[in-house]
Amino acid sequence: MLSRTADHLFWMARYTERAENTARMLDVNVQTSMLPQSAEDAESGWRAILSISELQESFDEKYGLLTARDVIDFMVRDPHNTSSISSCLRQARENARAVRGTLTTEVWETQNATWLEARDKLREHELESDPSRFFEWVKYRSHLSRGVTFGTMLKDEALSFIRLGTFIERADNTARLLDVKYHNAERLTQAERRTRQRNDPEAQSDFYYWAAILRSVSGFEAYRKVYRNVITPERVAEFLILRGDMPRSLLACMDEVVATLNEISNQTSASTERYAGKLHAELRFDRIEDILREGLHDYLTKFLERMFELGNRVSSDFLVPLAT
Amino acid sequence: MPKFYDEMYVDNGGTIRPHYREFEAWLAEQPQDMIAHKRAEADLIFRRVGITFAVYGNDAGTERLIPFDIIPRIITAAEWKKVESGLVQRVKALNMFIHDIYHEQRIIKAGLIPPEQIFANAQYRREMQDVEVNSNIYAHIAGVDIVRAAQGEFYVLEDNLRVPSGVSYMLENRKMMMRLFPELFARHKVAPVAHYPDMLLDNLRSVAPTGVTDPTVVVMTPGMYNSAYFEHAFLAQQMGVELVEGQDLFVDNNVVYMRTTRGPKQVDVIYRRVDDDFLDPLAFRADSSLGVPGLLAAYRAGRVTLTNAIGTGVADDKSIYPYVPDMVKFYLSEEPILNNVPTFQCRRKEDLTYTLDHLSELVVKEVHGAGGYGMLVGPASTREEIENFRQRLLAKPDGYIAQPTLALSACPTFVESGIAPRHIDLRPFVLSGENVAMAPGGLTRVALKEGSLVVNSSQGGGTKDTWILER
Repeated sequence: MLSRTADHLFWMARYTERAENTARMLDVNVQTSMLPQSAEDAESGWRAILSISELQESFDEKYGLLTARDVIDFMVRDPHNTSSISSCLRQARENARAVRGTLTTEVWETQNATWLEARDKLREHELESDPSRFFEWVKYRSHLSRGVTFGTMLKDEALSFIRLGTFIERADNTARLLDVKYHNAERLTQAERRTRQRNDPEAQSDFYYWAAILRSVSGFEAYRKVYRNVITPERVAEFLILRGDMPRSLLACMDEVVATLNEISNQTSASTERYAGKLHAELRFDRIEDILREGLHDYLTKFLERMFELGNRVSSDFLVPLAT
Repeated sequence: MPKFYDEMYVDNGGTIRPHYREFEAWLAEQPQDMIAHKRAEADLIFRRVGITFAVYGNDAGTERLIPFDIIPRIITAAEWKKVESGLVQRVKALNMFIHDIYHEQRIIKAGLIPPEQIFANAQYRREMQDVEVNSNIYAHIAGVDIVRAAQGEFYVLEDNLRVPSGVSYMLENRKMMMRLFPELFARHKVAPVAHYPDMLLDNLRSVAPTGVTDPTVVVMTPGMYNSAYFEHAFLAQQMGVELVEGQDLFVDNNVVYMRTTRGPKQVDVIYRRVDDDFLDPLAFRADSSLGVPGLLAAYRAGRVTLTNAIGTGVADDKSIYPYVPDMVKFYLSEEPILNNVPTFQCRRKEDLTYTLDHLSELVVKEVHGAGGYGMLVGPASTREEIENFRQRLLAKPDGYIAQPTLALSACPTFVESGIAPRHIDLRPFVLSGENVAMAPGGLTRVALKEGSLVVNSSQGGGTKDTWILER
């Protein structure tokens, strides 16, 4: 396959996945903002979204004062924010258009229709009247795009690069989502303590917080099934980092990344496969106690750095090397 | 404006021609709102499928739909048979002409074409002189524009031998009609066209460099912002070959490779949809970022096939067009089956005088123009427009040719006021390799503005499905 084609497929998948995860993240905040909370807490929740997306500065430059409405606007429709949902959907579509001959008709039509409908929806101000409904729609289109990809594409290299893009992006996004709490207020260890004191009102709001995180990754019911126990931050962290059967966990993503790299392996990719393999092995054998002792935030920061490095290596081994 | 030939009715609204009777009966059964509904559905599908074209001059990336009209243009088997044999003959002669020009130049020596018409022509590529190309075919894919005049007779208006486009619309229009009106195809025996990509792939494989048994074929595009990008991607997908840009290819030791995820892969046949000028910055325009450095050298060494060949423009230029009937006689010793439109070459003194005296009756075209730009349609122009054009013509007479204003035939078409006749042409796509072949029919373009004779999509033209009725 042409390196440029692989590059477009990889980025088409990454942008599709990113749009979905941004919608999930924003939806958590919309949901939690309906709980009784102080204005400060509400603001810090929205600020955390910008911070984990590393967009705090560009937001401040544009808006100054922070309001929920502006953050949503910035993260959804701002054409100058390359990570906004609208930008992601546009870039996914542009990448798809560049390689439409490699995609099945259904995959291309789905990408194209998503972009066209998104433009209409944003014009009609559905976002302002019912943000959750809009986020649901973004998720739904992402499901559709994934379904049509796996349901119609030949199981060849093209599909491998799409999967690789999807899971590298998802691992990155899940790690960021887990880290929201840290950005929100560095209080995980205190939170752990409070959760154990069942009557503490803060602990109760923590329950809602972690429950919302679980819901945002469609993991609430799954969590109950797996643990059959109350929701605690360490179990949520374990669930989203180390459980291979949770489809959005870091381990599950790395399972796919390693398998895919094995499929597309070429003469120059051995060191990249080793790099991914090491990261994968750690996730398989790490224990949550050790991770929390080291500090969840530090752990996730390191993980994100390694995913970034992995993405660069994939680009230079198979795709169009990133301009630096 | 002279009286035109109506494709559906014998005397403008009177008797229906036999091959349209069944369609007419069907149309009469349809409630009006159903038609409007189907037209809206077609629009929606074209937009969703992304069957769009980019218009130059608009913001990069804007895409428009080419209006699609749901009344088919129907041609009988007998009429098509004649057109088809005329096309085979014409394209054969054109390929022999190009080979001759880049080799012995017998036609010039025989005094049939003045040498300056060839050698002073910007489309003549001296780089191609004495280069051997596989099977002596230069124009593997030709899009010949045909119109029908007042008596129902066919004329060739233009031979497009460089990178003719439109075939994807021919295929998509048929798909759309079958999707919208399956029952129509049960009532008519319409010759299918969907095998065109197969014919094209077969053709491209057959012209691979000598010795290559399982050639790697690619389609080369200037990129996704080119107006015909949809077609490039469509053809690559339908043939199952890679769609490459210049940046995906490189030349090493006269061998062309593409960059793949598994390292370099040799390329044998390039169906290029990039103009000659942009193919190789080392040989042609140095500022071209669309091309591949060293491609011409690899081509001349016979290590890769380019379709169409470099330098075919020397045969489809409007200044060469008047000589095509002579070519048929000269190379094939046959009488031309298809007519040429009588053409005045303004570089000739007596032709220029005639043209200047009859500007209000003639169509005057730039020799190197395309896309319906830079032409004068005398009968449809104001006095001022004609006077302005007169000055341009006087300033550079050899840049123009003139032709009588043909009354292009008209086909009933849905317009705002209902169904009304609109002028049409036909572009069949002729493939030349070991044999000359084509899918039945071609792309019918329609001028949607009342009275307009300009069918180009860049000038507000639309398209129709073209039916060749099998008996």
